[in-house]
Amino acid sequence: MANVKELKQIATRIKRDIIQISSANTGHPGGAIGAAEIIAELYFSRMRHDPKNPDWEDRDRFVLSNGHTCLALYSAMARTGYFSSEELATFRKINSRLQGHPSRHDLPGLETASGPLGQGLSVANGMALAQKLRKSNANIYCLVGDGELQEGQVWEAMMTSAHHKLDNLALIINWNNIQIDGHVKDVMNIEPIDAKFKSFGWNVISIDGHNLEEIKSAFDQFENNVGSPTVVIAKTVLGNGVSYMENEAIWHGKAPSEDEAQKALDEIGESNFENDLIFN
Amino acid sequence: MGKAGREGFGQALLELGSENEKVVALCADLAESVKVHYFAEKYPEKYFQIGIAEQDMIGTAAGLALSDFVPFATTYAVFAAQRANEQIRLAVCYNQANVKIATSHAGLTCGEDGATHQALEDIASMRAMPEMTVLVPADADEAYEATKASAEYDGPVYLRLGRVPVPALTKGVGNFEIGKARKMREGKDATIIACGIMVERALLASEILAVQGIEVTVINMHTIKPIDEEAIIQEARKTGCIVTAEEHSIIGGLGGAVAEVLAENHPVPQLRVGTKDTFGESGPPEELLEKYGLTSEKIVEVTKQAMSKKNNVNV
Ligand SMILES: Cc1ncc(C[n+]2csc(CCOP(=O)(O)OP(=O)(O)O)c2C)c(N)n1
Repeated sequence: MANVKELKQIATRIKRDIIQISSANTGHPGGAIGAAEIIAELYFSRMRHDPKNPDWEDRDRFVLSNGHTCLALYSAMARTGYFSSEELATFRKINSRLQGHPSRHDLPGLETASGPLGQGLSVANGMALAQKLRKSNANIYCLVGDGELQEGQVWEAMMTSAHHKLDNLALIINWNNIQIDGHVKDVMNIEPIDAKFKSFGWNVISIDGHNLEEIKSAFDQFENNVGSPTVVIAKTVLGNGVSYMENEAIWHGKAPSEDEAQKALDEIGESNFENDLIFN
Repeated sequence: MGKAGREGFGQALLELGSENEKVVALCADLAESVKVHYFAEKYPEKYFQIGIAEQDMIGTAAGLALSDFVPFATTYAVFAAQRANEQIRLAVCYNQANVKIATSHAGLTCGEDGATHQALEDIASMRAMPEMTVLVPADADEAYEATKASAEYDGPVYLRLGRVPVPALTKGVGNFEIGKARKMREGKDATIIACGIMVERALLASEILAVQGIEVTVINMHTIKPIDEEAIIQEARKTGCIVTAEEHSIIGGLGGAVAEVLAENHPVPQLRVGTKDTFGESGPPEELLEKYGLTSEKIVEVTKQAMSKKNNVNV
């Protein structure tokens, strides 16, 4: 279990991975960087999981619904030991297990395919129902994008989570205000999101998604909540910590050039957690 | 009159409730129509009502399957195979999730509800999906067996159940096995390959033809995917012409699947009985089947055409 100081270093490592891999292989850096602290807390502190025994029945499960941000997940999986960090270099290349959007094929520890938006919460609900049936204490964490909430299926699933009282499920919204065609409020407004979730019967927690203390305390509250699903509305900055990326929709799905990547790494700073990836 | 396919399903699922502790069921507000209500009443803790939200139901079923349960997700064919098509593709097939999608009210026999509800393209779209197994049982007994076999089989299954009663046809005709066609009648002049409610009609057609001195083989192709290639090729060699009959569009369903096997292995004349690239409409099932040419008389007529094509091939 990592403390806040260690998690900061881990989040920095994840961000550096995202920059290096996307720069070399294409991918979606912006939203992934914004999720670094959340993913760090989940994989390095919060979740009960065992990379050496990925099919452990009572593991907590992480469902990445906005699959395009998978670089953050792959980095965390590599750095917790599901596979070697060298394999990150194969991302989006032919014959790789690290598909552009997640696939379960041959990749133990990857809980579900995603990419087509709006489906993750339904799958997470199914997993949460399963743990209840098995009388397991395992929890399910599901990360979605804010733009993704425009998908109708998410609202179907929101009803299901509350109706079936899935208090073993936490939905985390990567609330960066940005989607491909611009700001979420301009493309299709989804506010007021906290009131919407409340009226759907959810336990609602709003936090700064880069503040590790707030992230920890949100998940503590989730673990103590009984009878309803929890949503953590995590305010994030797309491309957080990289000045030219921050809040710029273009960095949703654009890979940095070599120079841009270097600038990003300089701004993100060094991490004392494991080594940089070395690509040739 | 016998029972409808969906009744056989409902009975088998109920039994699975005690036979297989992993079996659970989901529905999207059509429990009695799809006959999942027997299971729901007996096993309320293993039954999940999802409401009118088929896309969510498929995703939820996938989550249950990925957690080692064997979920049967139930609704009408059009709302599963078509409304939730991409959910089936991603969450079920791409995930190789052990989900059974059991649907009723496919085809014209959906009846008075009309074209909106009559899935005539579902076999085509389900068949095209990697990992998917597609079963279309002929009667209630076969639906029962197909349900049990689906629960045993590890992987996605699309189970298309009849809405209307069909006489018992399959009991005692060998064992049901996924991917293994059942021969219902043997003849040398032509082969009729049918699925679902059209198996009964194919058998009736074979009797009419017999009176006229034409002996046909009738194959019950309950598994559309993986299709029994060996049986098709054998028949093509033996009788030299094939007629397919299905309560589905002639595009992409049983007819399409058989044509693919013939073209690549043993080309012989084939004609397809099914709906002709059209929607259905409201009406009593029997009258609709008549209007859209899904009758035994039509199969008789088409079989003779197929035979004449065979005779015209002078290579
Ligand atoms: C069903 C579906 N429609 C469209 C897309 C294309 N798409 C990929 S990401 C994206 C925007 C997602 O926005 P958001 O959830 O806010 O993620 P972020 O930009 O913050 O990473 C879209 C439209 C998709 N992946 N799935």
